[in-house]
Amino acid sequence: MPSLPLLLSQAFNGLALGTLLALVSSGLTIILGTLGVLNFAHGALFMVGAYAIFVVAAATGSFVVGLLVGAVIMLAVGVMLERVLIRFFYDRPHEDQILVTFGAAIVIVEAVRAVFGGESQRVAAPDWGGGVTQLGFLIYPTYRLELIGIVAALLFALYVVLYRTSIGLVVRAGIEDARTVGILGINVRRAFLLVFAIGVVAAGVAGMLYAPIVSVDPDMGATFMVESFVVIVIGGLGSYPGAVVGGLIAGEILSITSAFNAAYSEVMLYAVMALLLVVRPQGLLGSEGRV
Amino acid sequence: MTPATAVPELLLAVVLIAAPFTLPYAGGSIDMLQRILDWGIIGLGFDLLFGATGLLSFGQAAFYGTGGFVAAYLLVNNVIGSVWLALLIGTGLGGLFGLFVGVLAVRRIGIYFAMITLAFGQMAYFLENSPLSAYTGGENGLPGVPVPTIGGMRIEPGIPLYWVLAAIFFAGFVLARRILHSPFGAILRAIKENALRTGLVGHSVPAYKLAVFVIAALYAALAGGLLGVFQGYMPPDAFALDTSGQLVVQTIIGGVGTLIGPTVGATVWLYLHDNLQLIPGVGALWRLILGLIFVGLVVGLRRGIAGQIGAWLQRRMSVVERPDDAAPVDAPREPAMALPMIAPLSRADADAPALCAIELSKHYGGLHAVEHVSFSVREGSIHGVIGPNGAGKSTLFKLLKDEVPPTSGEVRLFGRRITGLGPARTAQLGIAKSNQLNQLFLELTVRQNLRIAALARSRGTFRLDLLRAAGSIPAVERQIEAVLDTMGLAHHADAPVHVLPYGEKRRTEIGIALATGPNVLLLDEPLAGMSPAERVTTRALIRELAQSRTLVIVEHDMDAVFELAERITVLYDGRLLADGAPEQISRDQSVQDAYLGGLHEYEPA
Repeated sequence: MPSLPLLLSQAFNGLALGTLLALVSSGLTIILGTLGVLNFAHGALFMVGAYAIFVVAAATGSFVVGLLVGAVIMLAVGVMLERVLIRFFYDRPHEDQILVTFGAAIVIVEAVRAVFGGESQRVAAPDWGGGVTQLGFLIYPTYRLELIGIVAALLFALYVVLYRTSIGLVVRAGIEDARTVGILGINVRRAFLLVFAIGVVAAGVAGMLYAPIVSVDPDMGATFMVESFVVIVIGGLGSYPGAVVGGLIAGEILSITSAFNAAYSEVMLYAVMALLLVVRPQGLLGSEGRV
Repeated sequence: MTPATAVPELLLAVVLIAAPFTLPYAGGSIDMLQRILDWGIIGLGFDLLFGATGLLSFGQAAFYGTGGFVAAYLLVNNVIGSVWLALLIGTGLGGLFGLFVGVLAVRRIGIYFAMITLAFGQMAYFLENSPLSAYTGGENGLPGVPVPTIGGMRIEPGIPLYWVLAAIFFAGFVLARRILHSPFGAILRAIKENALRTGLVGHSVPAYKLAVFVIAALYAALAGGLLGVFQGYMPPDAFALDTSGQLVVQTIIGGVGTLIGPTVGATVWLYLHDNLQLIPGVGALWRLILGLIFVGLVVGLRRGIAGQIGAWLQRRMSVVERPDDAAPVDAPREPAMALPMIAPLSRADADAPALCAIELSKHYGGLHAVEHVSFSVREGSIHGVIGPNGAGKSTLFKLLKDEVPPTSGEVRLFGRRITGLGPARTAQLGIAKSNQLNQLFLELTVRQNLRIAALARSRGTFRLDLLRAAGSIPAVERQIEAVLDTMGLAHHADAPVHVLPYGEKRRTEIGIALATGPNVLLLDEPLAGMSPAERVTTRALIRELAQSRTLVIVEHDMDAVFELAERITVLYDGRLLADGAPEQISRDQSVQDAYLGGLHEYEPA
């Protein structure tokens, strides 16, 4: 049995990982829910985010500038990807959409490898994120605490956009029935572009925030993407709250299990998914019969 | 669907025999050839799964790795001496793992299926890497896998082992091709074209998907076992996500649905991998180049290399039958032949009506599409169901066939409760339905469309008849001919359905229902979209069909309904408005009001 401080610190690690997974997964799930496209390039875009901050933060010396410029870069990447490739696939079968995004992922990963090489890079944590913080019951790295706060704020902002604005209303209506929204005279395609770009930015920003606590390499996105697939299977396909709840659950499963035996942490995550598929196939917050 | 020629087998044999003598002079090697064939064996199963059935799995590495590591573990630790037995056990366990993943994955379509298979692939990878690393060697893999023996003679690595692999690959190809052309394979294709209709005519779609998933897992597991044997070492990356991804890429590049496509794709991949890497400056970019080719293929040329060559050969060599203008565009002819049909269900009660709805209700949220509807249909009669648009007629039909579960109430067929059995089982019991909107297998020919339906009748909801030819069941072929003749489709029997004019598509729709040999036939707006001439003959056909079976018809053509039906049920706003003989109905004041739109007391507030 692991000690209480270890468990506590793992619970915090789970929270940090969970919020990040929630951010990546919410990008994946709003794209899936609105456009009906399962974006296999999501992990690659997460990795692009990490490289964006690696370059910009090194050039400007500021993590915050890196984040902002990086977000703009991700927006541009998202818009470009949608315009050049994805939009031609809205009416094609799901299998084709999966294949084309999977192909895009290969191209993105290999292009990054061609430019930066395959070796892993380090991104320094910002000065305001250095050191550790005394929580009274636990000493914890400051950057990870800030990370939890920043991602929580981003998730809340995404919630406000999706649930409290008229654009969000169009997006959520588009999830229900894109055709009808189109018939009502609303430009669904523009909403689709916006949703895709927001989803890409979410993945990219997650990659940027994650960069200082891991090593950055071209293949870093793959595992994260599969985990975010598990998150949306757990949370429910196309459900934004499901992605957030699923992300937190997945983060805690991974971290708490590794406090007991690190070898089983990933396996436990998939075991929980398998169990859930038997007991509640539509996911925790998903509705039956969708997608 | 019969494998008409053995040409592909012969060609393959020639290539397999010639390859080791030629490829080494063109930048290849025996080792490369072995790897190509190993990928090709997984590919055979994967193409049955994805190419034939349309199920895109990203988790084949799980079965590849399982088969490989089980066999390698047994051999390296001297648990089992015989390489062949170890391969057999590894393959079997890989298939078992496939059964487990398949049970969870096949109930879900498209997106879900890809995600779940991918996730289980990763689960297997992590299992191999940590908890089971004591058995699998973790990141080191398992070295020292022995070579097999035949009759006490060691098969040495290199050329001798190549022949063994080539023989196994050849056998695997022949088997896969037989499966593709069997009744089982015909149903896989039907599932890819239209899973809904495949279920409606009486096949258990989940059972077929699960079966093909396990078959694909067995192929992958066998290939995994062979990998360890011919390399003398079982590498851990067999389980990696990249393995599943590489298989998908190779299949698309080589050609989906061609069986040999994945092998062709593997040849391209491994050839580029081995040769481009030697070129300075290009070496590191070879995956990028392949990625771009892959995206290009998905966007544009979707056939892949083998598919493109196959299509070109087909254009060159065969005269494609298409419906030409010279062919007589005849409507269904006056049917004289009595169509064979399923023996009527043994009835619970001799006086029970053919079909009986009892207090049927269906609510969609707050919408009460059907509300407390009861009526019965006398055996051998034509029963009409009418009502204004939105009255709940189509929903009622779906309830009668148990296509959707009712909120309350039940349906009885010859006195036996069928509610809850689902559309496939009810089809087996003798209810068929032609749909308001065509549900056809568009890429298949008319004959193949009818065969899917006729096969359900003779084979039950599921049968694993992998080796016989699809067109080799005489009773099925007779049934198809009878339906072709009855529906006036014989002249276009071998044309793909998507090229037919609308009226003939409509007749194919009815023909599919008829080909299941039902004794209760539900026709949802059979005359919709037909020309006046076709309407006349279809009405004659309906009358003829009623000689031998029970018909229930939803139709907007009032003249037709009042002329044909012995009894008419009128629905309005989901409720039963009237039920009686045509003369009664035509005199009924509430029915007249409903059709004139003046039904004040029934109008929702």
